[in-house]
Amino acid sequence: MTDVAGHGWDASHAALPAWSLPKDAVERISLPSEWPERVTRDWAWGGSTGEGARVCILDSGVEAGHPLVGGLESAVTISVGENDEVIAEEDAEGDVSGHGTACAGIVRALAPGCSLSSVRVLGSSFTGSGGVLLAGLRYAIEQEFHVINMSLSTTKKPFAGVLHELADSAYFKRSVLVASAHNMPVESYPWRFSSVISVGSHEEPEPLAFFYNPSPPVEFFGRGVNVDVPWLGGRALTVSGNSFATPHMTAICALILAKHPELTPFQLKSVLYLTATNVGGGR
Amino acid sequence: MSEKTELQAAVAAGVIGSEEAFRGLLAAIVEVARSIFGARASSILLLDEETEELVFEAVVGEGEEELLGMRFPAGKGIAGWVLATRTPLVIEDVREDPRFATDVAEDTGYVPSGLMAAPLLHDEQSLGVLEVLDRPGASLFSLQEMELLGLFANQASIAVDLLQRARKASRLLDADGELQVVARLAAAVDKLEDDRREAGLRLLGELADTLGK
Repeated sequence: MTDVAGHGWDASHAALPAWSLPKDAVERISLPSEWPERVTRDWAWGGSTGEGARVCILDSGVEAGHPLVGGLESAVTISVGENDEVIAEEDAEGDVSGHGTACAGIVRALAPGCSLSSVRVLGSSFTGSGGVLLAGLRYAIEQEFHVINMSLSTTKKPFAGVLHELADSAYFKRSVLVASAHNMPVESYPWRFSSVISVGSHEEPEPLAFFYNPSPPVEFFGRGVNVDVPWLGGRALTVSGNSFATPHMTAICALILAKHPELTPFQLKSVLYLTATNVGGGR
Repeated sequence: MSEKTELQAAVAAGVIGSEEAFRGLLAAIVEVARSIFGARASSILLLDEETEELVFEAVVGEGEEELLGMRFPAGKGIAGWVLATRTPLVIEDVREDPRFATDVAEDTGYVPSGLMAAPLLHDEQSLGVLEVLDRPGASLFSLQEMELLGLFANQASIAVDLLQRARKASRLLDADGELQVVARLAAAVDKLEDDRREAGLRLLGELADTLGK
């Protein structure tokens, strides 16, 4: 495995100006990986367990030690300080609704080798929950997680601008943001931004089946109906919703990035397109 | 609330429907929701911003009498997740969720085995949650049904917004007797017909001119 922590990034690239490419610098940006003539699922994630990929569940917390979740790399709860600073404290409470545990279980089932962390942005107080969501996302990007699962969105327009900046910042720092599309006719964010991987649901029972949507803003459909998931108290439930399709795509991203850590979010999205069930995934 | 909106609310309180009328609308919404999804129960929970609790405001079906008016913390549980994330959710076999069972269901003796929940959204606010519970012998909830529930929730949101406006207005009148006369005037004029209404409006116009001098 190549450099997962740095995503295969060569430090000499940093010396390049960001807005132009001098003639003598062309060789320095030669791509570290060669793509096959035809990108297949086997090339994309064959043999990968997700080991080396760090996945963050930004949600209601995760019940650590659940048999279908296993251990966590870290678990924090987020609050916002008096001067708007982000406060991340060790999470002693765990999951306050069961939803985060369900998402973690879906990722664990498909990418058993990946590292899972929980960033809890729900449950402390209802008022100001939008600010906590932003703070949690900011924290997750700072922690350089490879994939951030965001099965939630906000309808508050004042947050949209900051969320957009955060989503772009994650994109350029090579943190892949996988966000649930809203399945009601309302404006919500960040799934509408092109820098994230937005996910809606399909009804197929196959967990690795996913579809590219040629009519965005929803870009991909993952498995989101009648999914068996872990829930609170070591239990399991059957659930449906876009918020459960999202961790399916998160897990597939983790599998791919563990095998190809050099991929940028842009390249990863291209691999997802080429391996989607309705594009090349059936071959 | 500014002075201007206080006056508007006072006038509105005189002419808009009563709390009972909006409660009737909410009850009708849960009744239709239960019917179209073939479910055993349906309910609307609203957020009480002051106490940060979710309150059962309309319930039809099993648990109806026990659940109405019952409260629980808004930040937790399945309804809390739907409210905070503004995202619909379908859960089968809710009895498996210990938090749901201990907080609400066991107190009432009614434990649903399946639940479909959608947020009640108005502008940027998350007002509450619409739930549909239990479909005996029916298949699992489908994606189309989730979308239908979402559309239904949008309709319910408008009724909830009206109810909350009516409550805000009546609270204001209770707290501030000075403005009650404005509401009474608005209500009186609203009831007049034809010539008397015209005369009433003229009189009010004269009064406004005199007071404005």
